[in-house]
Amino acid sequence: MSVSSATEVVDPVPGAGAPHLPRQPDLVQLLTPEGERVEHPDYAIDLDDQQLRELYRDLVLVRRWDVEATALQRQGELGIWASLLGQEAAQVGAGRALQPGDTAFPTYREHGVAWTRGVDPLHVISLFRGVDNGGWDPVATGFNLYTVVIGAQCLHATGYAMGVQRDGSETAVLAFLGDGATSQGEVNEAMIWAASFSAPVVFFCQNNQYAISVPLERQSRVPLYQRAAGFGFPGVRVDGNDVLAVLAVTRAALVAARDGQGPTFIEAFTYRMGAHTTSDDPTRYRLASELEEWKLRDPIARVKAYLSRSGTADQDFFDAVEAEADELAVRIRRGTTEMPDPPGTAMFDQVYAEQTPHLAAQQAQFEAYQASFGEASE
Amino acid sequence: MSTQTLTIGKALNLGLRRVMEDDAKVMLMGEDIGRLGGVFRITDGLQKDFGEDRVVDTPLAEAGILGTAVGLAMRGYRPVCEIQFDGFVFPAYNQIVTQVAKIHARSRGKLAMPIVIRIPFGGGIGAVEHHSESPEAYFGHTPGLKVVAVSNPVDAYWGIQQAIAHPDPIVFLEPKRRYWDKAEVDTAATPDPLFASRVVRGGDDVTVLAYGPMVKTVLQAAEAAAEEGRSLEVVDLRTLSPLDLDPVVESVRRTGRCVMVHEAPVTLGLGAEIAARITEECFHSLEAPVLRVGGYDTPYPPSKLEEEYLPDLDRVLDAVDRSLEY
Ligand SMILES: Cc1ncc(C[n+]2csc(CCOP(=O)(O)OP(=O)(O)O)c2C)c(N)n1
Ligand SMILES: [Mg+2]
Repeated sequence: MSVSSATEVVDPVPGAGAPHLPRQPDLVQLLTPEGERVEHPDYAIDLDDQQLRELYRDLVLVRRWDVEATALQRQGELGIWASLLGQEAAQVGAGRALQPGDTAFPTYREHGVAWTRGVDPLHVISLFRGVDNGGWDPVATGFNLYTVVIGAQCLHATGYAMGVQRDGSETAVLAFLGDGATSQGEVNEAMIWAASFSAPVVFFCQNNQYAISVPLERQSRVPLYQRAAGFGFPGVRVDGNDVLAVLAVTRAALVAARDGQGPTFIEAFTYRMGAHTTSDDPTRYRLASELEEWKLRDPIARVKAYLSRSGTADQDFFDAVEAEADELAVRIRRGTTEMPDPPGTAMFDQVYAEQTPHLAAQQAQFEAYQASFGEASE
Repeated sequence: MSTQTLTIGKALNLGLRRVMEDDAKVMLMGEDIGRLGGVFRITDGLQKDFGEDRVVDTPLAEAGILGTAVGLAMRGYRPVCEIQFDGFVFPAYNQIVTQVAKIHARSRGKLAMPIVIRIPFGGGIGAVEHHSESPEAYFGHTPGLKVVAVSNPVDAYWGIQQAIAHPDPIVFLEPKRRYWDKAEVDTAATPDPLFASRVVRGGDDVTVLAYGPMVKTVLQAAEAAAEEGRSLEVVDLRTLSPLDLDPVVESVRRTGRCVMVHEAPVTLGLGAEIAARITEECFHSLEAPVLRVGGYDTPYPPSKLEEEYLPDLDRVLDAVDRSLEY
């Protein structure tokens, strides 16, 4: 299949070498893969040392959680795990751009955003363990439940934003989606609605280059951020492995949304360093060399390099974060293995706001049936 | 040697390969079906051998898969669409129900819709939400569609070929948790017709009906019942729309009792239709009401609860006991 000239092969990130990737003419970057601070004409960021260190801490802890969850799945403690490996900066940057009153609408991979919203990792783990569909309170956390049906949440986010607009509230909504999701009709409808009503919603697309095995080229002939123009709102591409740039770009988009300027589409250019999920085998569809190239753009290494080089953090700090990550891993492991199974009756709970007589009767039958085994064995 | 031991998954793969060899108009379309060979590897190796024009890794858009399949069918192709998991057929539901199902009637037969919609369905694999659904009633309720469900490698091998050769649109349900079940398949045999139910175990006391993944469960229940001196006749329905009830009616007239088993929620499920039809056809022979065993009327639960949700051997036997108590 031929590709348009927009996908002329040029290294997007100087020095990192990725000849298979399309040319990236506009890529907002504030921290290079080598850890150099660079300026961008449109996006500035001014963080104090403490804030910089906190971002690093977020990145490290989120990755440790992810690595631990992958291990737990391998050991049979989780049914499946969708790893965010490589996407930490995109998620932490986006999540930290949110104000407390803002609301996020995640896919199933936004563990890093969950973290920034104060969601307990074990509430995310419980979904992948098959205990529930996510144990956190979406209202209290401003972090909606994970949505597995690709793209559906983009319309929810848009409708929520329309509500915000009607309430005259100065909050914004952040909708997460993947590169593959951009092909769904519902996602395109969401962008049409958001544009039409100038809804205060930001579409945050993590272009991790793949939808399971299908590369971006099958979803789009143009860089994804350019799609926004057709819907009538700004699109911007940011280095998704640069937490500073992601934070700056997302903040600016959320400010514009709160300010009544309507939606923005952000393409966070990143890479899924792990498998799609623990059920997937990426060796069937991509070369190991690709991963090696992206390792050179690791989202955490560059922050660490910058922090040490600029004297913002010393070895004691890095050691302390490492120790905290170890503690987190222990807490996640213990919390997972000790997590109780739900009672059978849980499936009947909350099906309706107003329980139906029929379902109540069915539940009673279920309980009697379950109890009959107890009697039989006595 | 024309007989080989195949899993359901491999039987489907071979069946697809055979039709693709025989008919250049057959095209496979779906998410991750090409290079990856599908998340269940049902199309493994087919893109390599038949090329990217015939085995198409589609954009991530189910409405697109079915909508373009309609156009391809109009152009003389025979699209075989893979929906990655049952719970993801709904973005395509509009195209399936308003277009695929109606175009033959709308065009007064001038346009055929020989489209096969392959859906791995049902639970039991410990998955997260939307990966364990049984959506057959939605399709069985839609005039213009045919719905079949396979339960074993032999039917998988022949059924997929028959479905693709058939002129009407067919929702082809594959029991995902049984993909790895094995059986001997004689690839030179003459297959049973696609739209026919089959008595898979003879018996005298109660007729038990199932399809797809539940056939195995019911056969196991029949085995256990036999040890207690109860003789169950088991029918694999195989075709859900149209139903082939002649063997069922014959059986129920003999046994006087009927239990219908499916994973889908009982309310307005296939069992409701079966109960009505059996009551109409066998009223004077019935010793007990037709009983249904199915999923509870709740969303498919998180995987820790799926064993409790899904009909199993004990629940089938419980219904058999209740039927015999009348
Ligand atoms: C409607 C729908 N179709 C198919 C799937 C199966 N599926 C799960 S993830 C996925 C790929 C998603 O790719 P992308 O949007 O790029 O997000 P990523 O997983 O890369 O984060 C697919 C096809 C689904 N969950 N929902
Ligand atoms: Mg992706």
